Amino acid sequence: MKKDGKKQIWSEYQKEIADDHFFYVRSCIRQSFFPGSEQFFLHFMRNVLGKDVFENPSHTTCTGIGYHGDIVPFSTIMTVVARHFALMKESGYKNIAISCVTSFGIYTEIIETWKHFPQELEKTREYLLKATGREFDIPENMAHTSDIIYKFRDEIAKMAKHTLINAETGEPLKVVEHIGCHYSKMFPRSGIGGAEFPHVLSGLIEAWGGEVIDYPERRHCCGFGFRQYLVQANRGYSISNTVKKFESMEPYKPDLVLTNCPGCNMFMDKWQYTVREMDGSVYGANGESIPVLTYEELAGLVMGYNPWDLGLQYHMVQSEPLLRKMGVEYDEKDKYRTKAGKQMPLPQNLLNA
Amino acid sequence: MMTNNVIVIGGGTAGMEVAGQLARQGCRVTLVEKNQETGGNVNNWHHLFPDRRAGKEVIQYLRSQIDHTAITLITGNTISGLRHDNGSFLINTSGGDTIAADAVVVATGFDLFRSERKEEYGYHIYDNVITSADLEEMFREGEVRLTNGNIPQTIGIVHCVGSRDEKAGNLYCSKLCCITAVKQAIEITEYIKDARVYCFYMDMRMGGAMYEEIYREAQEKYGVNFIRGKVSEVSETIDHKLLLKAEDTLAGRPVKLKVDMIVLMAGMEMSEGGIEVSEMAGLNRGANRFFAPADNHFGSNLSNRKGIFYAGSCTAPMNITETISHARAAAAEVIDYLKEKI
Repeated sequence: MKKDGKKQIWSEYQKEIADDHFFYVRSCIRQSFFPGSEQFFLHFMRNVLGKDVFENPSHTTCTGIGYHGDIVPFSTIMTVVARHFALMKESGYKNIAISCVTSFGIYTEIIETWKHFPQELEKTREYLLKATGREFDIPENMAHTSDIIYKFRDEIAKMAKHTLINAETGEPLKVVEHIGCHYSKMFPRSGIGGAEFPHVLSGLIEAWGGEVIDYPERRHCCGFGFRQYLVQANRGYSISNTVKKFESMEPYKPDLVLTNCPGCNMFMDKWQYTVREMDGSVYGANGESIPVLTYEELAGLVMGYNPWDLGLQYHMVQSEPLLRKMGVEYDEKDKYRTKAGKQMPLPQNLLNA
Repeated sequence: MMTNNVIVIGGGTAGMEVAGQLARQGCRVTLVEKNQETGGNVNNWHHLFPDRRAGKEVIQYLRSQIDHTAITLITGNTISGLRHDNGSFLINTSGGDTIAADAVVVATGFDLFRSERKEEYGYHIYDNVITSADLEEMFREGEVRLTNGNIPQTIGIVHCVGSRDEKAGNLYCSKLCCITAVKQAIEITEYIKDARVYCFYMDMRMGGAMYEEIYREAQEKYGVNFIRGKVSEVSETIDHKLLLKAEDTLAGRPVKLKVDMIVLMAGMEMSEGGIEVSEMAGLNRGANRFFAPADNHFGSNLSNRKGIFYAGSCTAPMNITETISHARAAAAEVIDYLKEKI
């Protein structure tokens, strides 16, 4: 494999990412499934880099799950997104930072639609004004939050307490990256590195010392696919897609899967449990499952934050094998204790536990 | 006898043929070629369809065409300026020459589609993903080998790379890639005993003399497999083979095939040199970016500017036979124009 060819592609898919003053929009599900991720992003941006990141409590779901589940019509989701833009305008911001890949894809799709069909933009303005009395501007700069972490990846590397080097062997850790279908597959220009050989996550892995695994089913869907999962009768499609990916990456013995999208993380994490229950398959080396982390969680680990403060214990696949390889110190007793020292109920049947 | 001066831009098949024809008709011709040697894209082809004639034979013929005292050949030069002044054209070359001419023939040919633009095929990324031109180079060297020196046993050929592809910005058919694929598939089986060759095509466009017969022979005599489906992506496996995904649209099933080598049938695009000339001279181009002839039926050698003519594949994809015919027609148009001018 020739790295220069990839570098050429990456050079053609770069995008401008604002440096400061972000209007931050959260994901519907990330706070539930990986509660430390958004928290770390805000902490890193505000307290480590000293950036201005604003949240408006009136922000809602983008309705993306309903849209991709064929429940919410396009005109409705355009108006919901227009309302978010109105909140941004009212808050005095022009740069939007989007936590969810599905939302990012929807925002991108809607703005592209408005470019090509200005009458849709005018209709949306009318709907929003009639429904809420609000007016909006299209953001001047739009970034997924992984774009922002990518922008500051070298700063993170300089502050690193742990790199993606196996502390015992000295070898780079093998990392699978998965950007999610809605990050750049629809609009390659909207993603760092494009759609075929994206760099947004692989750039983080490289900057922090790891080795990116390019396996045959790298581009394949994680298995979520919205209707594949949301329609119960289709769930066989969902899990079979996930199995296809894990069987493809298994021979490379990855130490970690790094994800961009909430749905991808959830399914690549939780379906590992389901598959093991179904047929006993485990895809990591040494009979262990493969930890699946978000880019914020990995950034936090690299910077030396307590893995339990980052919320790694809330994944189905537990991260201890990775923590040991990275040389991260942790106290097992604190894993399910609140900050006030209260013991929480212990989850059952976790993987790698 | 006329002594009119004509400049021919481009020293490939069309440019050399038109220069030779004009010189024999009494014109003084300056032939400007950007590369150090004449011959254009044919230089890259070891053997040609339909009869497997050696490419160098065509080059030899064309070079004999321009071996004429009335032809001045300037190689290693591009055109840096072109203006019309008092009834004649003044052309500047990158070498600093200024040439006066009564007529100009544009024969800037085509560029092969840069296959790395079809990112999903991994050209310049995955070892052993090569183009049709790369394979011709291997044929010339006498052996087809992988980057590790081994001989490939399973080869996938991908048709329509950069042709009939809205995403690549090219809606047109490059016309020659299907027959090139058939020719190269047969040649692979001759170079490599028991090689298994799979061609992935959208439609087999065999619209030339002997093309359909060769296509049939490829299947019946050489055992080449033709699968109707466009390849969606290529990836590399842990054992450094290539995994190709496509849909077999006749069987209605997705196909995954592990191969040792993939050959991309790169399409034809308007040459960069042609685009520069079009902008310099104000020449119209079509939606396919090739030069737009003044009339599709009766004026395929005529441009929108009097005194500037087209020859060959700068107007559309053409094979060598068609290019030579088109170049001869261009010469006839130039002669008529010069006669009227006198």
